[in-house]
Amino acid sequence: MSGASSWSFREEDSKRIHVILMAFLRESNARTGMIVDRTGQMVATVGEEPTFDPTAFASLTAADFSANDQLARMIGEPEFGSLFHQGEKESMYLADIARRVILVVLFDNRTTLGLVKLRVRQTVAELSKVFDDMFTRGDAGQVRMETGFVGEAEDELDKLFGA
Amino acid sequence: MSMINYASREINCKLVYYGPGLGGKTTNLEFVFNKVAPNARGKLISLATETERTLFFDFLPVDLGTIRGFKTRFHLYTVPGQVYYNASRKLILKGVDGVVFVADSQIERMEANIEAMQNLYDNLSQHGFNITALPFVMQYNKRDLPNAATIQELQAALNPGWPVEDPARQRVTPDPYHEGENLIEEVGGQWIERAPYFEAVAMNGDGVFDTLKAVSKLVLKSLGTA
Repeated sequence: MSGASSWSFREEDSKRIHVILMAFLRESNARTGMIVDRTGQMVATVGEEPTFDPTAFASLTAADFSANDQLARMIGEPEFGSLFHQGEKESMYLADIARRVILVVLFDNRTTLGLVKLRVRQTVAELSKVFDDMFTRGDAGQVRMETGFVGEAEDELDKLFGA
Repeated sequence: MSMINYASREINCKLVYYGPGLGGKTTNLEFVFNKVAPNARGKLISLATETERTLFFDFLPVDLGTIRGFKTRFHLYTVPGQVYYNASRKLILKGVDGVVFVADSQIERMEANIEAMQNLYDNLSQHGFNITALPFVMQYNKRDLPNAATIQELQAALNPGWPVEDPARQRVTPDPYHEGENLIEEVGGQWIERAPYFEAVAMNGDGVFDTLKAVSKLVLKSLGTA
């Protein structure tokens, strides 16, 4: 079995997610909603643009979630479906979506944890449907780039690391 | 499991540096971080103990630029090498697209190398991966040390080759990096394939980019049509 099973994220997926997250942000008063995949890649960001490095943030989020998954198993839970990190002003709430991606909500004292949690529940259900559709559609696992991509990418590698 | 994001037009590939403790995995990433132009790489994140031993992972994103309209990026990860951090190692392998095994060439570390290689096989198979089907490159690090084992010894112990079952692939394939050697060849009536290998002294950067370039190319090929 090959490890290179890939998945693709299309324009229409992005639009569906955008609509769901915009509605969530409006109803919950949260600042930013992000989708991060379990391997640590940022999939989508909606709302206030974060000022931090999103790539680093995504990799740490996935690691955080995975580590907590293992902790859950150790205490006899199949998983922790959500995590909450509380700061003085800024807090974050993380929720599992379809076991494939993570919803990250950034919020401050303009809202409350209770409201965020309440609204997340509905949002998780809607997003799960989107991601289930994405992962079950025909092209999952056989994403391929157009001809010529590999050659050009190799040229860039040579430029970056020296031929 | 590389992700192609058609909405933001991005491709991200995950490369993992694996190997025994103190073998030089973090040193590889530090060298890349210091030598690649700052606009082509992100921050180096290290989740390490106070004594600078990797606790969870190091992470460095490297940007290839925009290729055919797609922003292409490699995410470089290291795993903690120490035996007792296996739970963390397993997590980092999730969704891996390519693996670099950083072996410590010192003869005294041979056992540790073999143990780490076995651990890589085990952990990958738990994720449903097979190392022989993944882009995979060997790096023999610390070649400058007087107690380094020979390349032949290291190859025999860590990269002896796996059987090639597909008749279409059973043909002599020269090793592009070592003249006179082959990656696929017939040995004692059996067709075998070995991973490409590189000699390195990661402390001063020897072999670091060669290794990274080789595994990156293999990953890109796995994305392509050809």
